[in-house]
Amino acid sequence: MPPIKLTLNGKPWSVDADPDMPLLWAVREIAGKTGSKFGCGAAQCGACTMHVDGQPVRACSTPIGSIAGSKVTTIEGIEGKVARAVQDAWVKLDVVQCGYCQSGQIMSAVALLTDNAKPTDQDIDSAMSGNLCRCSTYVRIRAAIHEAAKALEI
Amino acid sequence: MSGTITNLSRRAVLMGLGAGTFVLAGGLGPAARAEDSPKKYGGDAMPGGVKDDPRLFVAVAADGTVTILCHRAEMGQGVRTSWAMVIADEMDADWAKVRVDQAPGDEARYGNQNTDGSRSMRHHFQALRRIGAAARQMLAQAAASQWGVPVAEVTADHHSLMHAASGRRLGYGEVAAAAAALPVPAREALVFKDPAKFRYIGRADIGLVDGFDITTGRATYGIDVRRENMLYAVVARPPVHGGKLVHYEVDEALKVPGVVKVVVLNTAPLPSGFLPKGGLAVVAENTWAALKGREKLKITWDDGPNVRYDSAAYRAELEAAARAPGQVARNQGDVDTALKAAAKRVTAEYYIPHLAQAPMEPPAAVAQVTGDACEIWGSTQAPQTTRETVAKVLSIPAVKVTVHQTLVGGGFGRKSKPDYIAEAALLSRAMDGRPVKLTFTRTDDLHHGFLHTVSVERLEGGLDAKGKPVAWLHRTVAPAINATFAPGVKHEGASELGMGAVNTPWIVPNLRVENPEAESHTRIGWFRSVSNIPHAFAVQSFVAELAAAAGRDPKDFLLDLIGPGRQINPADMADGWNYNEDPVAYAYDTGRLRGVVERAAKEAGWGKPLPKGQGRGIAAHRSFASYAAAVVQVAVDAQGKLTIPRVDIAFDCGPVINPDRVRAQLEGAVIQGVSLATLGEISFKAGQVQQDNFDSYEVTRIEAAPKDIRVHLMPAAQYDAPLGGVGEPGVPPIAPALLNAIHAATGKRIRSLPIRDQLRA
Ligand code: FES
Ligand code: FES
Repeated sequence: MPPIKLTLNGKPWSVDADPDMPLLWAVREIAGKTGSKFGCGAAQCGACTMHVDGQPVRACSTPIGSIAGSKVTTIEGIEGKVARAVQDAWVKLDVVQCGYCQSGQIMSAVALLTDNAKPTDQDIDSAMSGNLCRCSTYVRIRAAIHEAAKALEI
Repeated sequence: MSGTITNLSRRAVLMGLGAGTFVLAGGLGPAARAEDSPKKYGGDAMPGGVKDDPRLFVAVAADGTVTILCHRAEMGQGVRTSWAMVIADEMDADWAKVRVDQAPGDEARYGNQNTDGSRSMRHHFQALRRIGAAARQMLAQAAASQWGVPVAEVTADHHSLMHAASGRRLGYGEVAAAAAALPVPAREALVFKDPAKFRYIGRADIGLVDGFDITTGRATYGIDVRRENMLYAVVARPPVHGGKLVHYEVDEALKVPGVVKVVVLNTAPLPSGFLPKGGLAVVAENTWAALKGREKLKITWDDGPNVRYDSAAYRAELEAAARAPGQVARNQGDVDTALKAAAKRVTAEYYIPHLAQAPMEPPAAVAQVTGDACEIWGSTQAPQTTRETVAKVLSIPAVKVTVHQTLVGGGFGRKSKPDYIAEAALLSRAMDGRPVKLTFTRTDDLHHGFLHTVSVERLEGGLDAKGKPVAWLHRTVAPAINATFAPGVKHEGASELGMGAVNTPWIVPNLRVENPEAESHTRIGWFRSVSNIPHAFAVQSFVAELAAAAGRDPKDFLLDLIGPGRQINPADMADGWNYNEDPVAYAYDTGRLRGVVERAAKEAGWGKPLPKGQGRGIAAHRSFASYAAAVVQVAVDAQGKLTIPRVDIAFDCGPVINPDRVRAQLEGAVIQGVSLATLGEISFKAGQVQQDNFDSYEVTRIEAAPKDIRVHLMPAAQYDAPLGGVGEPGVPPIAPALLNAIHAATGKRIRSLPIRDQLRA
């Protein structure tokens, strides 16, 4: 099997793996980037959320072979105005509790705000519904998204 | 300030084995310790007790950097931040120069490390103050000696020592070496800061020490640990608790590229306690290969004695038990006569199924066995229990097990049990000492957990002609946690009964609590707030049912039932346990319970009219020595769709150390309470758990979570007052307040959880 070629956080990445291997395991165990988390393995919790060509995907359910040539961005690699605004808002409001779900939450929130600069509560509900937080930090997640949107206006 | 957990190397430095920059951490002398008393309570009664030697927990470098060692597990409660806030405040350290490190598991050295029972601040606040004060006094003494002035003339001032008369000043780093050589002051010689001068304690704007690392993906949880040459494993466990391997074929599994070995793990005999369930482990070059290999295993199991465990049938058993007399746990007056004479009798049965903690990080750990020693990197609430369990399965001494504590990606009680870590250790040994990472999938987590119990709570009440309660009979039936650890246990233990079953302070002349038998067929364990969940759900629902029967406002009725403010020795309510706290210092204070009820009601606008289809419900509960009351407001539309526009929760935990984290814990507790009430259910058929993932074991998502949660913290009289717990006590009042609100909005009384679609027309 020839290696699968992609871009990971801006750098070329050539992976020697079963093309069926989910992107999540390839990133965590082969590339060694553990910021994206395993929570369900079945696209039900959002802990593994990454951006593939700018779109949020559940990496646990994305075979690496299916995205050859794509640009993959993980929590370790997000940059730009929106990402900074989101991370700053998260820190400012002390959103996190255990924190385990939060890289996925942040990846989803960045994708939302990149698409929609002024999300309503309904927009937040639908964009963030796939991201579970068992510590239940939802009140602050919502507040932080609004906060980041406000910061981006200026 | 950085919150990266780097424990081994850092620990070496703290022990004086490192580069020697951390000079306050000298050799260990006798610690200032709790005086021996006949019966110990609180932290002193825990295995390992409470340690307050500053040399264990504080190191000051020559450049002034203060390193504070936290020995509690960080699992979202913010303890690493709050812990450091207290020490830093008492020692007058500059927060910008403080960093936090994590202690490995070692209770002989650090004192008790079990992070559960809402105990971290409750048991340690005063000890942390002693640590900080002693460190400050040692630094002051060192400065005084250098200047040749009496120590009384030296004052600590934000990371430096001052001699006012001469205007001289020395930084903490400059005197650290000299301070480290000084004896630790005796406890009687410690002088504490005036709380009015606290800089950090009580402040809401101290950022989390781990906040940056977490939001940038740098934080390390147990599941993230990587070691050189590491292998990855998953285990096929017996689908029925107590089942065993009979026959297996592994050839197909071994053909999966990346699979290295299949290992047989022994099944511990029942009751198996913390020990692993056994089964077949697939060890591979990566987790994906291990998972694929596991799918290819062909296994025949002997399902063992629990194969007929069926939740529907078991519920009927519990109900039958609840309808007959059981072991009496508390008795006052003559309930039977009073019930017969009552003008009105109300009977209700409440059911709440098993629940899984389902922390977002499933159980996972890395182990590496070297000769007769084992190193563990793991996410655990109980590092010392982990050492002991690993030692047991490997037959090595516990001192040979090193547990490096990572951040815990949610615990809620699941990670108080080290079964998964013991599996990792066994597998590393089977792989000749290569490090092995063992991961539970979500399905493994739900199928092989230590579940919250399942219970039927039956209540019977009598009212006199004026609607005053005259009789209260509560039968609580639930398999016990102790049944996981000891054979033949069929009754709830003192701690379970003391979680809101026996210890109700009601003004009712005739009151009896009974606990009929219930047999356990699965592993029961702790779940955030434990038996307070079923007890508060039933008791606080029933109070509202009695109020309705009496034609009274439920809040007023509840306050009358609580009665006037008074201090009750819990033993007088047949609760000799009282969360292991002193029954006098931690008496049941009905004034505080009234306080939270009144506050929650006032803040929520209790009694103000609401639109049709909306309603408010109230519930109050004392647990973990704290007092919580919630008012939940619901809206139920014509189709029966439930929304929760607002929740007010009033909370009295005594002195508040880190108000923002207390608020965060309560926000989370409210939603977790909503989650278990609306969706939570683990059920069994033929001995097997029926839920496989978050599609069938649903937990609340953002769109269903209440958007408006208002936390009202009751001010404490003073910082010397006893502290209550914080992590758990917010959960119990939520389900009953929600059900009472649904009743107010719709007239429908739901007594069986979860609510799920019971409101649909
Ligand atoms: S781990 Fe991918 S969605 Fe849960
Ligand atoms: S912060 Fe713990 S799961 Fe979200």
